[in-house]
Amino acid sequence: MTKDQNMKCQVKKTNSRRFSGKSIWNNWELYLFMLPALLYILLYCYYPMYGVQIAFKNFRASAGIQGSEWVGMEHFVKFLGNPVSWELIRNTLSISILALVIGFPAPIIFALIVNELKSKRFQKMVQTISYAPHFISTVVLVSMLTSLLDPSTGIINKILGIVGGGPYDFMSRADWFAGIYVISDIWQHVGWNAVIYLAALAGIDYELHEAAMMDGASRLKRIWHINLPGILPTIAILLILQTGNLMSVGFEKVFLMQNPLNLETSEIISTFVYKMGLQYRQYSYSTAIGLFNSIINLVLLVSVNFFAKKASGHGLW
Amino acid sequence: MKKNPIDDKVFDILVILLSVALLILTLYPLLYVLSASFSDPVAVTKGELWLLPKGFTLDGYEAIFDYEPIWIGYRNTIFYSIAGTILSLFFTLPCAYALSRKDVKGRNIFMFLFLFTMFFNGGMIPTYLAMKQFRLLDTIWAVLIPGVVGVSNVIIARTYFATSVPWEIQEAAIVDGCSNTKLFLKIVLPLSMPIVAVLTLYAFVYQWNQFFNALIYLSDSNLYPLQLYLRNILLMDQMNALLEGDSEARQALLERIQLKESMKYGIVVVSSLPVLIIYPFLQKYFAKGVMMGAIKG
Repeated sequence: MTKDQNMKCQVKKTNSRRFSGKSIWNNWELYLFMLPALLYILLYCYYPMYGVQIAFKNFRASAGIQGSEWVGMEHFVKFLGNPVSWELIRNTLSISILALVIGFPAPIIFALIVNELKSKRFQKMVQTISYAPHFISTVVLVSMLTSLLDPSTGIINKILGIVGGGPYDFMSRADWFAGIYVISDIWQHVGWNAVIYLAALAGIDYELHEAAMMDGASRLKRIWHINLPGILPTIAILLILQTGNLMSVGFEKVFLMQNPLNLETSEIISTFVYKMGLQYRQYSYSTAIGLFNSIINLVLLVSVNFFAKKASGHGLW
Repeated sequence: MKKNPIDDKVFDILVILLSVALLILTLYPLLYVLSASFSDPVAVTKGELWLLPKGFTLDGYEAIFDYEPIWIGYRNTIFYSIAGTILSLFFTLPCAYALSRKDVKGRNIFMFLFLFTMFFNGGMIPTYLAMKQFRLLDTIWAVLIPGVVGVSNVIIARTYFATSVPWEIQEAAIVDGCSNTKLFLKIVLPLSMPIVAVLTLYAFVYQWNQFFNALIYLSDSNLYPLQLYLRNILLMDQMNALLEGDSEARQALLERIQLKESMKYGIVVVSSLPVLIIYPFLQKYFAKGVMMGAIKG
């Protein structure tokens, strides 16, 4: 083993000596490999960043990005001075906080349960089936929601009717919007999101379990003291990512679930950006709101990562 | 372990019961939709359907086959999914391989360029204006381009190349005078089929299920992907073509509305089936793909 490693080191040393200095020329093909993707992100991701300046301008199509006149922070002031904006922020946060509180632990619990299944075949079957909803499109998911939750024809209300509840017009109730959003999200993605935890669980040294069993630790105790700590680094990283995204809730599903009756809680920042920008053509105002949102997200992510690293030693970078 | 064999058994049974309950919760809505698509719409709206089809009929499907927009959308989506997957693999894999090589100078700078776009972007309107400036609105490229390079996919593939393809093999090939292109195509790629499979599935599913890009960049309905048609039909109730015509008689109108309901379920089935059939075959690679991205995200 050590001999092998020594050999590796030697190989590396001679290798770096041989390639040093000429490495760029030797590897020209590799730079060519990167070229298409680099050009792509430069044009599709970085070039639009140049256009972000219209957040500080009054964009007129005839004058172009460069030619439109500067207005400073006007759009930001307008946004923050509008009480509607605070409702958008509140709606966005209440969806993402609910998703954090009940949506985040769900795949962890699911993985811990599935991991306890003794029959590997049954375990695999459970996993395969649990992935299925993940591959359904958002459009289809929302249409299933509207059909299944329909107050007069939906199966959910029929079931509630038997136990003496309802009928409820779920999709039109503003107070249930976040709940329906998060629960249907769990239904759709819990199996898929558990993949990463199951892979981490598979990597836990079985000797730990054997030692614990010798000491007479029960199954629950072993889950709590061995499995959970074993996947803690993975949990930490995903938690940082999710907290860093607290101010951004995916556009698609909310947009599709919106209707005039639930708009009071379903209008979030990203849907508002879309409406302001592409429906009302207020390019500059819309860009300013989007920029405000991304900056808050960036600050959140950096600070959450900072504190997580201080507290637990786990961080994204 | 031997201390409490009965407790252990009870625990096992509880775990199995819990898993079965979760399976039912997952499957029931899907099976319900499938059954509803084969059922008499009257029975469905009256709530007589529980699990198995009630009053078996294929009327809904027949109506779908006659409803042209679905097939325009289907045709477009098949094209977008295949073309999008090929483009995505062509842009992602070579780049990821180059980024995985430690002897590429400046790779950290390139890596940073990619990573930064994950945490900050121009936003909806500046991106829209850029697409407009490049004259890509209302072309197939408006749908294809947003999915070409997913930075998370580059990271997944890069990590895979760096950790699962032994460097010794690659080095031996280089020493033997093998060019980097040949090395990548003949040695590295054949050893990396799991990650190719994962990325293929990701790219395909992304295009198959995508409607947002088409919503903001397209106005020509001949280019619409299936999902955008679905959104208009399922959620915006735009099945006018079906409802118009000689619907003077109340009864006929009612029947049409009911047929429309059962069509909705059928459309959901027809549009979701291809992906639901493909993914189990690639399933064994999921853990690898997802895990890879996480280790060194």
